[in-house]
Amino acid sequence: MYNQTIAELAKGLQAGTFSSQELTKAYLERIKKHSDLNCFITVTEAEAMAGAKSADQLISDGKAGPLTGIPFAHKDIFCTQGIKTSCGSKMLENFQAPYNATVIERFNQAGTVTLGKLNMDEFAMGSSNETSFFGPVKNPWDLSAVPGGSSGGSACAVAARLAVGATGTDTGGSIRQPAAFCGVTGLKPTYGRVSRYGMIAFASSLDQGGPMTRTVEDAALMLQTMAGFDSRDSTSVDKPVPDYSKGLNESLAGLKIGLPKEFFGESLNAEMGQVVDAAIAEYTRLGAEIIEVSMPNINLSIPAYYIVAPAECSANLSRFDGVRYGYRCEAPEDLTDLYIRSRGEGFGAEVKRRILIGTYALSTGYYDAYYLKAQKIRRLISEDFKKALSEVDVLMGPVTPTPAFGLGEKTGDPIEMYLSDMYTIAVNLAGLPALSIPAGFIDHKPVGLQIIGNYFDEARLLNVAHRFQQETDWHQKSPVGIE
Amino acid sequence: MALTAEEVNKIAYLARLGIDEKDVDSYAKELSGILNLVEQMSSVNTEQVSPMAHPMDQVQRLRADEVTEANQRTLFQEQAPEVEAGLYLVPKVID
Repeated sequence: MYNQTIAELAKGLQAGTFSSQELTKAYLERIKKHSDLNCFITVTEAEAMAGAKSADQLISDGKAGPLTGIPFAHKDIFCTQGIKTSCGSKMLENFQAPYNATVIERFNQAGTVTLGKLNMDEFAMGSSNETSFFGPVKNPWDLSAVPGGSSGGSACAVAARLAVGATGTDTGGSIRQPAAFCGVTGLKPTYGRVSRYGMIAFASSLDQGGPMTRTVEDAALMLQTMAGFDSRDSTSVDKPVPDYSKGLNESLAGLKIGLPKEFFGESLNAEMGQVVDAAIAEYTRLGAEIIEVSMPNINLSIPAYYIVAPAECSANLSRFDGVRYGYRCEAPEDLTDLYIRSRGEGFGAEVKRRILIGTYALSTGYYDAYYLKAQKIRRLISEDFKKALSEVDVLMGPVTPTPAFGLGEKTGDPIEMYLSDMYTIAVNLAGLPALSIPAGFIDHKPVGLQIIGNYFDEARLLNVAHRFQQETDWHQKSPVGIE
Repeated sequence: MALTAEEVNKIAYLARLGIDEKDVDSYAKELSGILNLVEQMSSVNTEQVSPMAHPMDQVQRLRADEVTEANQRTLFQEQAPEVEAGLYLVPKVID
């Protein structure tokens, strides 16, 4: 059962070939069997079985929706009522959210089953899942490699088939990069498409939740459940949600694909270049037209991001003060000592680095030179995208400079780690949708193809990606040894 | 741009963030490295560019001034490290 897609499982459930309880039990057993991958921070066995029982009832009563009874797992950044929501941090090690995130509520309303909460980089700050307080996740394709991050647990769980689909969040590549490293499909929607209510904030103007699945068809089904206006998120965009599954098979004849020449310069690894070239050739066979575009300011994405994101992070994480919830230090001498030690002991090194950079960039005398400057650069990058997407329908390029790197390989040098997000970060600054689909292997490790679309053009992105998956079988490969 | 240990301590205090004395030098080195990385931004003239705070250039949505949240103090305080009589407890702040 666990080798099937969401679309296939849904058919099996509706036809009564198996029950949601049987399916959920099979996944729970698999999660136990592969606990060494460290995908899950919390497995919600009792809640999952109870959810499956209600789903089976809905199915037999003929009241089921398309995802009723399907078991999913959620990144531990989404608040789940009465269930530990740690955000990968010691700060929230014992935090039980008193309410559900809108995304969780939507999955609950759809009658899905929650298997548990997935491991992640602490407060989503990291590109390797190594900053998690709960230990790193392993890459199922190579147990000595990282799964990517920050949605590393989500990508690993889907690749190892411990869940048929998982939620992730993407602030600078945190859905697309781990999806690429683990050989799964990951979509970062347009900023404002999926509610951020109850999704613990890292950088509020960049964060966006999205689906991680094995196929594009499944990503469309998950996005259908996740997307839509939410009055409780002030940045949610009130725009109708199209039927994402409807146009998946549309022809790509005449599709204009832009290749930003800055993605294909000397900095691009030769083997990665070959993988992307092969994917582009596939699109040419499908009738697409390839056009070179230029985005002169895109090389400034990492500098601008590492001011904007830490600045917003330092403001957002000021709420963790050891008073209302979260970790509190032992025997504080006074209020200042309580703040300083609770935060000092509750946060890990990478989170601290970003709070410090953000505090510095926002402090008196430096605001204009750093924060305002970064916001201006952000405008230039966004204008580059606007111009390119007025000439072409979608943009394509690599997701990552290399396949998954080794555990521990980049932990000593934060900047080296930051540079691994060089192809994904610009999209978040502009707020555009983008996805990663499996496109080949380098050294037996999966790598991805990135497809970037215009604002709210997720349906076209899914169509473009789905047609590729009909012509190729990269997305059907499973990691050897994870049986 | 290189930060000194003294500056790192000052920033950490502004953020009310405890850092180990033995880590101050490595933070100074790493943060200086990050500031050097972002220094690349100064190569571009942005005098005529308006800053972009938000991808959609949205304005804050307004809503009717009505109470929409119920009082759930007891529920929320279950997550607090220390409460008494419905109040959050902190060390004494006035003598």
